[in-house]
Amino acid sequence: MAADALIASLQQAVPDARFEAAASIDAQPTLFVSAEHLPEAARALRDRSDLAFALLAELTAVDYWPRTPRYEVIYILVSLAHRRRLRLKVQLPAEDPHVATVTGIWPGANWLEREVWDLFGIVFDGHPDPRRLLMPEDWDGYPLRKDYPVQIRMTPTAAQPLQVTAEEFRANVERDRLTRG
Amino acid sequence: MPEIKTEVMTVNMGPQHPSTHGVLRLVLELDGETVLSAAPTIGYLHTGIEKTAEQKKWQQVIPLVERMDYLSAQSNSMAFCMSVEKLLGLEVPERVKWIRMLIAELQRVNSHLVWLGTHGMEVGAVSVMLYCFREREVLLNLNEMLAGFRLFPSYMRVGGLREDLPRGFHAAVRSILDTFPAKIDEYEDLLTQNAIYLQRTQGVGVIAKDDAIAYGLPGPIARASGCDYDVRKYFPYLLYDQLQFDVPTRTAGDVYARYQVRVAEIRESLKICRQVLEKIPPIGEYAVKDPRITPPPKDRVYTEMEALIQHFLIYSQGFTVPAGEAYVAVEGPRGEQGFSVVSDGTNRPWRVKSRAPSLLACQALERMIVGGLIADVIAVIGSIDVVMGDVDR
Repeated sequence: MAADALIASLQQAVPDARFEAAASIDAQPTLFVSAEHLPEAARALRDRSDLAFALLAELTAVDYWPRTPRYEVIYILVSLAHRRRLRLKVQLPAEDPHVATVTGIWPGANWLEREVWDLFGIVFDGHPDPRRLLMPEDWDGYPLRKDYPVQIRMTPTAAQPLQVTAEEFRANVERDRLTRG
Repeated sequence: MPEIKTEVMTVNMGPQHPSTHGVLRLVLELDGETVLSAAPTIGYLHTGIEKTAEQKKWQQVIPLVERMDYLSAQSNSMAFCMSVEKLLGLEVPERVKWIRMLIAELQRVNSHLVWLGTHGMEVGAVSVMLYCFREREVLLNLNEMLAGFRLFPSYMRVGGLREDLPRGFHAAVRSILDTFPAKIDEYEDLLTQNAIYLQRTQGVGVIAKDDAIAYGLPGPIARASGCDYDVRKYFPYLLYDQLQFDVPTRTAGDVYARYQVRVAEIRESLKICRQVLEKIPPIGEYAVKDPRITPPPKDRVYTEMEALIQHFLIYSQGFTVPAGEAYVAVEGPRGEQGFSVVSDGTNRPWRVKSRAPSLLACQALERMIVGGLIADVIAVIGSIDVVMGDVDR
């Protein structure tokens, strides 16, 4: 099924959404959908029997900085019943990028969305467990953004060696001496 | 009689537990021996390979992606090269396709042998590990023959292969194919009807077919639950549609079913290798004839000025790839192994993303072990075959 037929079928399910076919080099039908209509579109993609995209193979994002809109979240879906693939894309702005979660539709999206939040800083509204996945919890910034410097020198914020000044050291020694006496 | 004091205990399994195949940390809540909840913590091996790849030239990414999933190195680099070839619009020569299939299947056997050995050892069958690593050694010798490097040969190149197959490679593969089936029978003698192994694995870590699909676990795990999804059959790539092979499936969805599926897959892979050896064209190009991408052979580099310049350009500037994005998936040892590649038209990738089957398997781990016994956790971790380098990348 080509992108046009998919759009026609989706348009029936989600009448007020706008779908747009995109050019794709790898011959996979590619659709853009607006962020606010993503949950309905995703549900229709999974549940309608003529679509039946039961498997979310991949969820990732690309940062096209400095282009606008800056981010694209990409969902690669597989329909086991009809043996076809689909690439669904959502474009997000540079300021406050956020999109609804699809964990309710494909539970496997949980960690994939956490990874995108961790590395791109894209918020998934309604995500059940919005924590960093790969980077440490106290990490600053989103490493896969294009404006994130590559070779960065970070001062360690955790597990710093215990450091005392000369005065504190002497005070400790004095305190020990007094307790012993 | 004094009242017995009971309380829920939290146990930290890992990150340095010997059976976690890398550094996976599991925080388990236990009521006696029953697992009440499990929270996997990952990221200990995160080395930012995807960010590093954005700073490299296209051909420099190949060794990087081989180090993601270190047990299926050549499946990774094959998927990556195929996605870049898609962007370039290249069609590789027929001989390359056959050789790639041969290498990918040998890689699957290799990976499954490591899995079987370590999984057997974890559930108490230590001798299985020795048997499996004995055969793996022979397969690693093949890699050494190919490229001089046993684990990460970097033999796949964009547009083809690094060089043609070495002399004697066919004979070496044939001698493995002749002796291997008997060796698999030996493993099966040790495990398939072993009462202890059956008790440790049957009915343990069950995941239903629908859950396996919803959690995105295509590959041996879903096939053990009854889903026959296999990229080689559903979306044939290379020349898999010209080969006769079956996709083994089971319906039980437990650790034992996953064992059965993987052992059957080893046999199927050997069957494919045998067919490939028969059909592989004896002569042909080992890479596309595109002077922008394929470096000239070494003897010409040493004797001709033009070849030297061409060689120098490819290795200093690299080659440019048209802007666009491509996703190509192959059936790796752990399931759908895909690469999502974005180019902005320059000689460096804009984004390289690997679809990590181990990440999704690790996510579904909680679902398989909650409600079971703590001793079964080890059997289940072994059965989903996670490679932490692939999880954390």
